[in-house]
Amino acid sequence: MATGIRDKVAIIGMGCTKFGERWDVGAEELMLEAFEECIQDSGIDRREIRAAWLSTCFDNIGVGKSALPLSVTLRLPFISATRVENFCAGGTEAFRGAVYAVASGAYDVALAMGVEKLKDIGYGGLPDFGAHLGALSRLIQPNITAPGAFAQLASAYGAKHKIEAGDLKRAMAHVSVKSHANGVLNPKAHLRKVITEDQVMAAPIVAHPLGLFDCCGVSDGAACAIVTTVERALDLGRKEIVSVKALQLALSSGEEMGFNDWDGDHFMTTSNCSTAAYQEAGIIDPREEIGMLELHDCFSITELVTYEDLHISERGGAVEDVMDGFFDRDGKIPCQIDGGLKCFGHPIGASGLRMLYEMYLQLLGRAGSRQLDNPKYGLTHNLGGFPAMNVCSIAIVGRYGRTGRDHQAARAASP
Amino acid sequence: MIGITSYGGYIPKLRLDRMSIYRQMGWLAPATVMLAQGERSCCNYDEDSITMAVAAARDCLAGMDKRRVGALYLCSTTLPFADRQNASIVKSALNLPDEIETGDMTSSQKAGTSALLAAMAMVKGDLEKQVLVAAADRRQTRSSSFYEMWFGDGAAALLLGSENVIAEFLGGHSISHDFVDHYRGEGRRFDYTWEERWVRDEGYSKFVPEVVAGLFKKLNISIADVDRVVYPCFFRAEHKKIAKRLGVSGKKVADNLHEACGDTGTAHPLVMLVAALERAEPGQRILVVGFGQGCDAIYFKVTDAIESLPQRIGIRGSLAKKKELRSYPKFLQFRELIQTEKGIRAEETAQTSLSMLWRKHKMVLGLVGGKCTRCGTPQYPRQEICVNPECKAVRSLEDYEFADRPAHVKMYTGDYLAFSVDPPAKYGLVQFDDGGRFFADFTDCELEDIFVGQPVSLSFRKRYADRERGFTGYFWKAVPYDSVPAGE
Repeated sequence: MATGIRDKVAIIGMGCTKFGERWDVGAEELMLEAFEECIQDSGIDRREIRAAWLSTCFDNIGVGKSALPLSVTLRLPFISATRVENFCAGGTEAFRGAVYAVASGAYDVALAMGVEKLKDIGYGGLPDFGAHLGALSRLIQPNITAPGAFAQLASAYGAKHKIEAGDLKRAMAHVSVKSHANGVLNPKAHLRKVITEDQVMAAPIVAHPLGLFDCCGVSDGAACAIVTTVERALDLGRKEIVSVKALQLALSSGEEMGFNDWDGDHFMTTSNCSTAAYQEAGIIDPREEIGMLELHDCFSITELVTYEDLHISERGGAVEDVMDGFFDRDGKIPCQIDGGLKCFGHPIGASGLRMLYEMYLQLLGRAGSRQLDNPKYGLTHNLGGFPAMNVCSIAIVGRYGRTGRDHQAARAASP
Repeated sequence: MIGITSYGGYIPKLRLDRMSIYRQMGWLAPATVMLAQGERSCCNYDEDSITMAVAAARDCLAGMDKRRVGALYLCSTTLPFADRQNASIVKSALNLPDEIETGDMTSSQKAGTSALLAAMAMVKGDLEKQVLVAAADRRQTRSSSFYEMWFGDGAAALLLGSENVIAEFLGGHSISHDFVDHYRGEGRRFDYTWEERWVRDEGYSKFVPEVVAGLFKKLNISIADVDRVVYPCFFRAEHKKIAKRLGVSGKKVADNLHEACGDTGTAHPLVMLVAALERAEPGQRILVVGFGQGCDAIYFKVTDAIESLPQRIGIRGSLAKKKELRSYPKFLQFRELIQTEKGIRAEETAQTSLSMLWRKHKMVLGLVGGKCTRCGTPQYPRQEICVNPECKAVRSLEDYEFADRPAHVKMYTGDYLAFSVDPPAKYGLVQFDDGGRFFADFTDCELEDIFVGQPVSLSFRKRYADRERGFTGYFWKAVPYDSVPAGE
């Protein structure tokens, strides 16, 4: 009987580059930059890494296929290394590979690396998806872009919950305003600028109703993690250990695309994935037990509906929570504390690991001016693909031996 | 009795006010003002002769048993493929049976009437029970030419057979002359044309009366036996003069549609004939003439059955459903007559896998999905395992046509980042009322015309053009109903 991943694996080192338009460097430099921080943080000898997973999405304009770009760049001779690609869930997928390798007992130490060099394509936005969705879809699919794919959620969400377009747009604007405020505090973030709701509302439309500030940054960057067993982490003399509480993936089975039950207003995958993750982590009430969120805020509307699919906001209630500041820095569950995809940036293959990086720093009290008081369980979420057909990944991390309810009790007990 | 058993018509929704051409280009071509009356029809950027022929044929086949169509002829001088039978694309889009004869009739403006004569001969000789003839043209002209003013885009379709005949075929006659009023050499984009006066005086004015006289002699009838004459001639004054020469006038002469849509080339005699049939009463005798390297003349007599033919959109309906293309540069852009910046994103065109296209031709060209024989769920595409999460039956699907089923918008956007010839790229999830859904482009509309719940119909359109390899990909797009009030 499967017992899940909770508290079986510890993160002992993490690294993350500055995200942004890194015109002067390529994937190789980015990977090394993240790795140097990570290996130093871990305190282990790099020769101990015997298995690695590399996540990158747009291989044709980036590093090419296979995990060779990782083993060659870092000069990791004759280790087992695997490339994973699962759209935007790739970074978390690489992490999952490393965590499972350790949990299985096959390896003591494993590396997860995510990297994306996007700013070598010559135009704004993500590379054209057309040819990457398979030869058949090219014949029949509209020229869907990422903003266009997710923008449709707004039309369906508004129709389903009878929310005026203007009210929804305002709440979406607040989502971005909050992330920009957080991004300002993060020296590694791509976009570091305070914006106002009115600015967001007045920005040029990219894909109706999403304007420029409803869309995340398209960035270059890399992030990585070194994981090991809890025992090994204790041997290394760690007092506070960040351990994995849950790791879940959920993929569409084509139901949203082909069966008329789905109303286009939410993510069926996320809704199921989060339930499984809470069960794995032993979480009963996420609204109380989750302390911080790094969501896949590729677009403001994605973040807004995801609050509901994580069962934190009521169905149709996200707009109210957003406007109440529930997810702001000083709200009940701070979200995108590092700026999120919106401001930290979104190098596809690295994003899942970048989110874990922030959780890791927060849990160890190393987040500098962004540090939250007594952070509880942190949840990261990725959504790759399109609302109607996608890959959702969720990771929950926390301090080893503590639950979200422990933190809650501790906070309640403190004067 | 043999003859026409059904008709259909299609004029693209977009119209360009001819004065707007003159206003933009009159400085260069001042004489075009003489032709600047009314408006010309123009294809949207995603329409061509194939898509228009499909639209007209669907109109023609509405309520008819298409499984009984034995042959299909596509008539046009502007077919997208020089070698790949264009008619077979139309056949796939219409989901006509595989046991069918298909053919392209091309290279002359009279190809449409020639196909009618050939079809009548086939039915008469009992080689086929029903023959579908579709004619369409989207003629390319240089900016600021007279022809840009004269021509329009459009299509018509006729079903010929021996049961429920609405217009009896009483005879036909043809003449052939290598009279080169214009020509287009292989690989050329535009026609080369000779002086209009000569075309008018030595061409239309002589050949139309010549073929009519031949037909009358053959059938032993006279102009007194004709209630309506239908012949194309884009010279307005000459069109009238020919009537006088034939001995008819007034309402007996079918309008050449110059002001309504322009001359639709190979389709035009059929377009005008459909327009005449829309107003025809039982007993009316119609003479149709096609012109191009000689002439064809065909003589029909309308029967009582015309009154029981279900209402068609036809030429009248499509002329009423119009939307003004307010910008002449947009017209030029849609016809690729100006070079505009499209961005690197537009460069991305994947190769079309021909083996896959064949494997999926029903799905892609015919919009055929599946219906589960276990749970009854219609679904697109047709896949191996039923999409209904409560069913999941394996290999339980049978073919199910979606193109004519009622549908509405479920979610949508207007995307300015995506490459589009007519930005924003408008697309979204289209849901069929009886089950099934797919992501579709919206066309013939503005973003403001689309909302969740908006009913749509489906239209066969160009999906992409692979210029590198000279391939055009076709698929189905959604058109919001009543996005423009009829007759705006």
